[in-house]
Amino acid sequence: MDTEARGATAAGPRAAARRWTAATRALFGEVPAFGWLLGALAAVLAEYFVGRPLARALGIGRIPLLFGVDVALRDPWLLPGTVAYMLLVYALPAAAVARLSVTVARGITERLLRLPVGLSVLVHLGLLYAGLHLWAGINDYRLLVTRLALIAIMVTISLNVVNGYMGEFSCSHPGFMALGAYVSSIITVLFFVHDSVLGPPLLPTAVGPFLFPLALIAGGAAAAVGSLAVALPSFRTRGDYLAIISLAFMFIVKSTIENVQLIGGSRGFMNQPDWAGLPTVFVWAVLCVAVTNNFVRSTLGKALNAVRDDETAAAHMTVNTRRTKMVAFVFAAFWAGVAGGLFAHVMRYVNPGTFGVQKLAEVLAMLYFGGLNSVIGSIVGAVGFTLFSEALRPLQIYKWIIIPVLLILVMIYRPTGLIAFREFDITRLVKPREKPGKVEHVAAAD
Amino acid sequence: MSLLRIDNMTHYFGGLRAVHDYSLRIGPGQIRGLIGPNGAGKTTIFNLITGIYRPTSGTIVFDGQNIVGLQPHQVAAMGIGRTFQNMRLWRHMTVLDHVKLARYARLTYGLMGAFFGTPRRQREEAETEELAYRLLELVGVARFAGQVVTGLPYGAQRRVELARALAMEPKVLLLDEPTAGMNPEEMLQMVQIIRRVHKDLGMAIFLIEHRMRVVMDLCQVIQTLVFGQVIAEGTPDEIRNNPQVIDAYLGKEVVT
Repeated sequence: MDTEARGATAAGPRAAARRWTAATRALFGEVPAFGWLLGALAAVLAEYFVGRPLARALGIGRIPLLFGVDVALRDPWLLPGTVAYMLLVYALPAAAVARLSVTVARGITERLLRLPVGLSVLVHLGLLYAGLHLWAGINDYRLLVTRLALIAIMVTISLNVVNGYMGEFSCSHPGFMALGAYVSSIITVLFFVHDSVLGPPLLPTAVGPFLFPLALIAGGAAAAVGSLAVALPSFRTRGDYLAIISLAFMFIVKSTIENVQLIGGSRGFMNQPDWAGLPTVFVWAVLCVAVTNNFVRSTLGKALNAVRDDETAAAHMTVNTRRTKMVAFVFAAFWAGVAGGLFAHVMRYVNPGTFGVQKLAEVLAMLYFGGLNSVIGSIVGAVGFTLFSEALRPLQIYKWIIIPVLLILVMIYRPTGLIAFREFDITRLVKPREKPGKVEHVAAAD
Repeated sequence: MSLLRIDNMTHYFGGLRAVHDYSLRIGPGQIRGLIGPNGAGKTTIFNLITGIYRPTSGTIVFDGQNIVGLQPHQVAAMGIGRTFQNMRLWRHMTVLDHVKLARYARLTYGLMGAFFGTPRRQREEAETEELAYRLLELVGVARFAGQVVTGLPYGAQRRVELARALAMEPKVLLLDEPTAGMNPEEMLQMVQIIRRVHKDLGMAIFLIEHRMRVVMDLCQVIQTLVFGQVIAEGTPDEIRNNPQVIDAYLGKEVVT
């Protein structure tokens, strides 16, 4: 005990931090994903039922829009109240429920594992959706931000396939989004909406929501066809030159749309039906993550990495490099197109200016912030960046000083991004956790 | 009845004649060596066979089929495996993934399998993984399977590269200086491994090497290449005592 105390004073804050992490791990190490989802649900329910009175009691008036940054900036004196609100409503219930439900959660997880893994994943997703739905249901702003974050996940992951997994620097993603957004919007408006330019609906509006996925797929397909303009040159050139070609593609799409008056030109295109609700966007985002993750973990998908790391070696190991590149671009563009279509139907208005350099910077920031070659990194990057950028919205123009500085810091300390080169194993995520004590013991014995 | 037959192959890089009137015959299961000073065109011959370059003239027939003009991945899929002088491993990939990826052309589950994880894909991936582990064990690096390849010792990286080439189940294996940069002990181990691989899998091997011990040990027939031209061909003993070879490449002290 004596030696331990001396060791602690010698190492100072670092040892304290280590003890703090050890304590946290001892408390929460056994909590499976299911437990955390229960905790999140508890936090959201707490806000749903006692959020309003609690906010009033703490003097911040109403439930904070996102995470209270708006409140704290409105009046710095409300900062303690906001922090207290966050702790009481989010941190405390989530931590308490996650910790207390360990046994229950593990039991449920184990029982679920006896069924097919897919079912277990579905249960987890259902819980996640329930939490999201309640959280986003508090106000319209949250609903919008949640949907935009889910769309950002799709865009970032698909960009990761080309820029991360295949290692090309493609700048054409906003162009693919624009193609998807416009094609799907034109289809839905032409067929299901009474529009001043495109005329009366060709099909009864009632069937629209059921055919909406087809419109999105058509948008994705249009983007996929457009991606050939970048994929074909990629057979012969790579690196900076391909980046320039892809950038050119983005500008070509943007200025083409700006000059077609039938679809509104630079004024934009509106009247999209309101079919991209939270459930729809959620399902598409989950589909995108699942398919991409399946793809990049297969040997066919690993061919992307081989082409990135050494194309000649890949070809000599029977990898058809042209096919691989083509598949990567078409796949990425398809999902960017679908995401663009969803974006258009969430905003219910698109203009070509949206899909310009600023969008590109945003998407690249999400990708490189989250981490290359990693599905989970892209999710973290997209959600983190979207929430952060929305939370800082009250700072107005200063937001664009803070975010780049943050990006520079990430690039200095984690050049490949926060969570790069990590495989995302969904089946491991839904399994119960080992007792952390046991693991630590083994590590100590080594 | 040769597996790989090259006749009168000549290749020019612009005005430079890199390979001149080169001919080769390798039967199934034979081990042949190619030696010669730096810049003689040995690796160029490999690159011509595997389809990186297209010979200016001449024919390459593999397994009864003319392979001149095929893409490298097509040549590889037909059954010509190779390793590289400078290894060319994929630096972000694990050892296991290296070996699995060389099965690319044999996977039949297609893109739908890759996207949606069909049962067929699960089965083929499992089979591939099993084969990969077997090969890694054969060359003695199975314990590194889950590691990223850049963290491995040099000798182990060489073996991973060999296992990767073996995963293609080649009928002819082209080895480009398999012991380059190795210390004597690692070199002996490599020779052992090549021998074991040849005995177990029985493919033909065509070997570029600078270390005379390795070539003399392994090969039944050796060609000596100088300035793109074969100046001597024969058994190790014949090559060792050929005055032209001694003059151009071996030097005097080796014989004494």
